[in-house]
Amino acid sequence: MTTLPESTQRKLGLVIDLDICVGCHACAVSCKEWNTGGYGAPLADTDAYGADPVGAWLNRVHTFEVQPPPSPTGPAPAQIVHFPKSCLHCDDAPCVTVCPTGASYKRVEDGIVLVNEDHCMGCGLCAWACPYGAREMDPLAGVMKKCTLCVDRIYNENLPEEDRIPACVRSCPAGARHFGDLGDPDSDVSQLVTERGGFDLMPEQGTKPTNKYLPPRPRDAQLGGCGGGAVNLAELAEPEVKGFLGWLDKALERIG
Amino acid sequence: MHPAPSIVLFTVLSGLGLGQMAWLSLGLGPDEGLFRWIACALALAVAGSGGLCSTGHLGRRDRAWRAFSQWRSSWLSREACLMVAAMAAFGLYAAIWCLGGVRLWGLGIVASVLAVATIYSTAMIYAQLKTVPRWSMTPTAWLFLAVGLTGGLLASGAVAGLIGGAVHGWWTALALVITVGVVIWWQTAAAGAVRSADGSTMETATGLGFMGRVRLFEAPHTGSNYLLKEMAYEVGRNRAFELRRIGAALGFLTPLVFSVAALLVGGWLMALALVAHVVGMLALRWLFFAEAEHVQALYYGRK
Repeated sequence: MTTLPESTQRKLGLVIDLDICVGCHACAVSCKEWNTGGYGAPLADTDAYGADPVGAWLNRVHTFEVQPPPSPTGPAPAQIVHFPKSCLHCDDAPCVTVCPTGASYKRVEDGIVLVNEDHCMGCGLCAWACPYGAREMDPLAGVMKKCTLCVDRIYNENLPEEDRIPACVRSCPAGARHFGDLGDPDSDVSQLVTERGGFDLMPEQGTKPTNKYLPPRPRDAQLGGCGGGAVNLAELAEPEVKGFLGWLDKALERIG
Repeated sequence: MHPAPSIVLFTVLSGLGLGQMAWLSLGLGPDEGLFRWIACALALAVAGSGGLCSTGHLGRRDRAWRAFSQWRSSWLSREACLMVAAMAAFGLYAAIWCLGGVRLWGLGIVASVLAVATIYSTAMIYAQLKTVPRWSMTPTAWLFLAVGLTGGLLASGAVAGLIGGAVHGWWTALALVITVGVVIWWQTAAAGAVRSADGSTMETATGLGFMGRVRLFEAPHTGSNYLLKEMAYEVGRNRAFELRRIGAALGFLTPLVFSVAALLVGGWLMALALVAHVVGMLALRWLFFAEAEHVQALYYGRK
């Protein structure tokens, strides 16, 4: 059924910390890897090793430059923000209600928005209805693909417990991605959203996304230059070592 | 948006055929033998081929039948169901008319309402999309209805004209004038309905507006992808201008002149009017898709 559930028991989703993301694309690559080898039809590419490779991805990392308005002391420096984007598993998902075949649905038990690949006829209307560009047509299977929140990992008892989180969260080397129940105000992810002022993407579209984004923190320069409270990176790189290890370090330096 | 030929053909042809059904089943046209056979066959064939065209862009055509299942929530599904219902009701009406020589007005009204409802559903497939400001506005449904019903009137007139019957030239001209008014209404609204018309900007898309002005520094990929091909289609300003002129001249001006001239010169002119109208509408419908901007492309730096 492509009507939306009135409420879901849980709201599983992601919280993405734009202050931490370094734009390494590991989440996008591991997502592609897992969903190509996982359940259903693989996430196909065409001309993958040729001159014009095109393929379906469920997670893509955009990089934006934000130019703050000039401050009284002069022009403010621009800031780079890496911005991973995947399905936001909206409460009011327009992609679900437009689906003519019943292939798109939102699960009552955890709020995950999924496509039944055995029912999808590949009309593409759901991709048109999504403001975020979260759905992509598989160029070979002819059906719509989207983030499943790794539904085949998070409940998979064949995996070690630490792997029962979405592949993008598991692979993020910087810890910029968090997975949890955003419907539970006491969950770690909900606390994080409250503490850091997590926000929705395109709230004016009325989709009520589950996934939240955490804003970049103000830079040192904006807090009054490198002097005040800033971390001295040189000290971190060469910590002063004391005691036996310090003696050993100096002795080795003399020999070497 | 990507103007897939199958969707352009589908919306134009199904609108035309359904528009013709709506008029015929309300009693338009002479009861003369040849007219009813040709007019009914034309309406069913045009609407039917339009419906078949709609499957042209599907990734899995073998599953198209599933589109009849979600009429409770989906406009596309409603359109599919109503299309079949309208064609069935009109088919029955046409069979009784052609074979029995009787026009059942009750059945006719049902068929006519179903045909109009189908055109409305087709429009709502696009008008429901908040992501495309150029489509999600009130005039869009009126545009599809006006164009479909006027096309249907022209098609009936063309059949009547070719077999030497009354062509209703003045009524057709009036319908064309009203439709031109609706087209201008839609076009005026559409002119301002750019990607950011409903408040979505790169700042709201990224949520970073509180920091400053946002621009794309680096795209996620160097090549193209489905999102760019499907929802970041761009059409040149000059090309759009040319096509709009061709569409206006062939779609409305030529049929207007021909339908009035048909009263003096001969009914066969209505056939030319119909051909010109269809060609003009294909140009304008192509633009309807090609010029529509999707908010998703904001993530790719398209303002």
